[in-house]
Amino acid sequence: MTEKLVIIGNGMAPGRMLEHLLERAPGRYQVTIFNAEPRVNYDRIMLSPVLSGEKAYEEIIIHGDGWYIANNITLYKGHKIVSIDRQAKTVTSDHGVTEPYDKLVIATGSVPFIIPVPGHNLPGVLTYRDLDDVRAMMLAAQSRSKAVVIGGGLLGLEAAAGLSAQGMDVTVLHVMPTLMERQLDPAAGYLLQRAVEERGIKVITKANTQAITGNGKVEQVELADGTIIPATLVVMAVGIRPNAAIAKEAGIAVNRGIVVDAGMRSNDPDIYALGECAEVSGQVYGLVAPLYEMARVTASQLAGDEAAAFVHSDTPTKLKVTGIELFSLGDFADGDDRQEIVLRDASAGVYKRLVLKDDRIIGTVLYGETSDGAWFNDLKKKQTDISQMRDTLIFGQSYQGGAPLDPMAAVAALPDDAEICGCNGVCKGKITGAITAKGLTSLDDVRAHTKASASCGSCTGLVEKLMVLTIGDKYNPAAVQPMCGCTTLGHDEVRRLIKAKHLKTIPAVMQELEWTTSCGCAKCRPALNYYLVCDWPDDYADDYQSRFINERVHANIQKDGTYSVVPRMWGGVTNAAELRAIADVVDKFEIPMVKVTGGQRIDMLGIRKEDLPAVWADLGQAGFVSGHAYAKGLRTVKTCVGSDWCRFGTQDSTGLGIRIEKFMWGSWTPAKVKMAVSGCPRNCAEATCKDVGVICVDSGYEIHFAGAAGLDIKGTEVLGLVKTEDEALEHIVALTQMYREQGRYLERIYKWAKRIGISEIKRQIMDDADKRKAYYERFVFSQKFAQVDPWSERVSGKDKHEFRPLASVGFAEAAE
Amino acid sequence: MNWISIGSLSDIPRRGARCVATPEGKVAVFRTQDDQVYAIDDHCPHKGGPLSQGIVHGAAVTCPLHNWVISLETGKALGADEGAVRTIPVKREGEHLFIALEALASRAA
Repeated sequence: MTEKLVIIGNGMAPGRMLEHLLERAPGRYQVTIFNAEPRVNYDRIMLSPVLSGEKAYEEIIIHGDGWYIANNITLYKGHKIVSIDRQAKTVTSDHGVTEPYDKLVIATGSVPFIIPVPGHNLPGVLTYRDLDDVRAMMLAAQSRSKAVVIGGGLLGLEAAAGLSAQGMDVTVLHVMPTLMERQLDPAAGYLLQRAVEERGIKVITKANTQAITGNGKVEQVELADGTIIPATLVVMAVGIRPNAAIAKEAGIAVNRGIVVDAGMRSNDPDIYALGECAEVSGQVYGLVAPLYEMARVTASQLAGDEAAAFVHSDTPTKLKVTGIELFSLGDFADGDDRQEIVLRDASAGVYKRLVLKDDRIIGTVLYGETSDGAWFNDLKKKQTDISQMRDTLIFGQSYQGGAPLDPMAAVAALPDDAEICGCNGVCKGKITGAITAKGLTSLDDVRAHTKASASCGSCTGLVEKLMVLTIGDKYNPAAVQPMCGCTTLGHDEVRRLIKAKHLKTIPAVMQELEWTTSCGCAKCRPALNYYLVCDWPDDYADDYQSRFINERVHANIQKDGTYSVVPRMWGGVTNAAELRAIADVVDKFEIPMVKVTGGQRIDMLGIRKEDLPAVWADLGQAGFVSGHAYAKGLRTVKTCVGSDWCRFGTQDSTGLGIRIEKFMWGSWTPAKVKMAVSGCPRNCAEATCKDVGVICVDSGYEIHFAGAAGLDIKGTEVLGLVKTEDEALEHIVALTQMYREQGRYLERIYKWAKRIGISEIKRQIMDDADKRKAYYERFVFSQKFAQVDPWSERVSGKDKHEFRPLASVGFAEAAE
Repeated sequence: MNWISIGSLSDIPRRGARCVATPEGKVAVFRTQDDQVYAIDDHCPHKGGPLSQGIVHGAAVTCPLHNWVISLETGKALGADEGAVRTIPVKREGEHLFIALEALASRAA
């Protein structure tokens, strides 16, 4: 004979229980359900995505009407049970339906807690519990006005994110100092608050709501400290309490919830309770995992398995707000008998904390990167002794095992929050995440999206390794890197075609080489301009609009938009008249900073753009010309005092330095060129870390090149020894011209040399006299067009539009 | 709108910009290769770099300080960066250029 099973409530727990029961004891019960909500069983956890608009109600239904029919279950929708008659073994609904039962399951869930502040019953105050609440909120959100969510816990934040996604201006009020304090420690709570605020949601912590006020409807929320927040919608999400009223009235034992034993049975042996309304071993539950466990136990009991028992287990908490990764599990309070492992990456917003007791995980908080949550949960559940992997535990499952063997493995073993790019504070996880999420396949893409290696570039190797690790063969570093996004051609290809096709203007290059943009970008235009200047010195009209601002106005832009000015001091030598002229200029233009540079000259900083021509005019009268301190071109030739003064000096290093500088100034190069001449191997001019350096020795001049003392530190390579000053100059000029013709824009000499090969450069410059002379001649030819002092040109009126505002408007009105 | 004359098209180089000093700060007026004229605040949303000094390409400018690319049409940062700068209404009557400033308009009203 079939027994009559009546279920009060149709939420997720009884729904799951029925699934189990139908499987274990099909046909044993005739089932009747009373649902106070006028609908079928749906996934309440997914209400947040419904509120945010990411899902529709139809998508979150668990059991549709057909399921009830197929399983011969009677579902009373919109029937609230108003009484239980335990003697008669019947229940009665508010619509007057009375149903007898043999077994009764109470699954009335919970009710939202309403703070009893004045105004809590005004129209516009909602809770966040069921689909009706969500629909009311979505309706309110259509006004696009202001909402206040009271409660910064899981539900409150999900409601806030949903309302914000619906276009409302949302403020979250939370009474505690940090958000979700029951699931998160303060550090993770802080990161969460920052993430929530980044979505445009205001958060006020330690907020005591005093009253909700308004004329017939919600208009504002008042806090105890006097703060007033305008709002047309208030959502109370401060917590829930078990809904046990109906059981209590029927005389069933109720504490916080309906008291049940481990078999989910109340003190009436025919009445079970499960879900949020049930209290087992003094605990009530609100997360779905233990509720599903209750459903399993209840179904087993109803199917006759009296041994089935509910066992408490910690359940991880996750926040269902798109883009916020958060995982919390177990006990994470501090304690003397506990140890913790913490990993933070502030810039990436990652925080991980493991709480250990007796070498076992008892609590986990993960924020920002939660992929190892399942693994930690597993270790905790199994009470695994973690002492053997303690050092690497927090890096997660992937990093357990042997020591890294090669650089690739070492990079692979880096934790996701290891900082890769120090300039921009980018961690590994952010880079690999962007590569995967955005399908990035080139270094340029990674730089654009993550900024990693986009500043100084010294981490480029690491970033490239990460690309190989993440996408494997799809990343081919040997492939020609296009100049920029406007073309598929690399720098060398473009340079070759400029010569081969006799392309002599930027539009011609773009047209012939099929640029994909109408007028290039800030990467290719300066490069093309340089290549054309270098290759066609007599024919090409320099395109100033394709030059970086420093080269356009012949001064160095500073962070505040002012400029610095460095006049040439040939070989670093100056005199009283020059210094006086500089002092006068500094006084006259009230220049805030004067500094001696590393290249043996004087830098005047903080000059307004409008003043530049006048500054240059005064400097020009003292004989100064531009020092090209801003140029991809010859910068300084540093010298020591050499044989003129120094007791160790072997040659006139000062004289040679000045001669080189006077010969080569004004020339444009792929990147800046800094030189030095030292009078003896003691090398006081530090020539062995320059782009080109000379060490004078008794027997002549040792020419060095391809040094670096910036992002990279690299000693120079020796090009060769020459006997005379004239030869030294010819070799240096020829070397520079070779670099000018072959270097890629922004490629320093040491990088170019590495690419071409030191021996090849030696062969062409030292061994092949014809080649050397040809290079030399081409340089000399191009200098005819390059050696024009840009400062005096501008003092004479060239490009005056650069230095004056177009107009000055509005100030007269302002004075009125 | 209260249009204020600021000069003529030929005052600005193609693929270049000039500044207009206003009580609201510097306004950068751009002229593209195809003679479109745009006006935006001369202040990069990133670190305040003077956008008028940047390289102009298409209807965009690259900030001289840290290479953010700003759309002249929308004022928004392009590519992977996020940020926006105010755009200012600008109109051209023949050779003559005018901009409209909100604050000045409200003062005049």
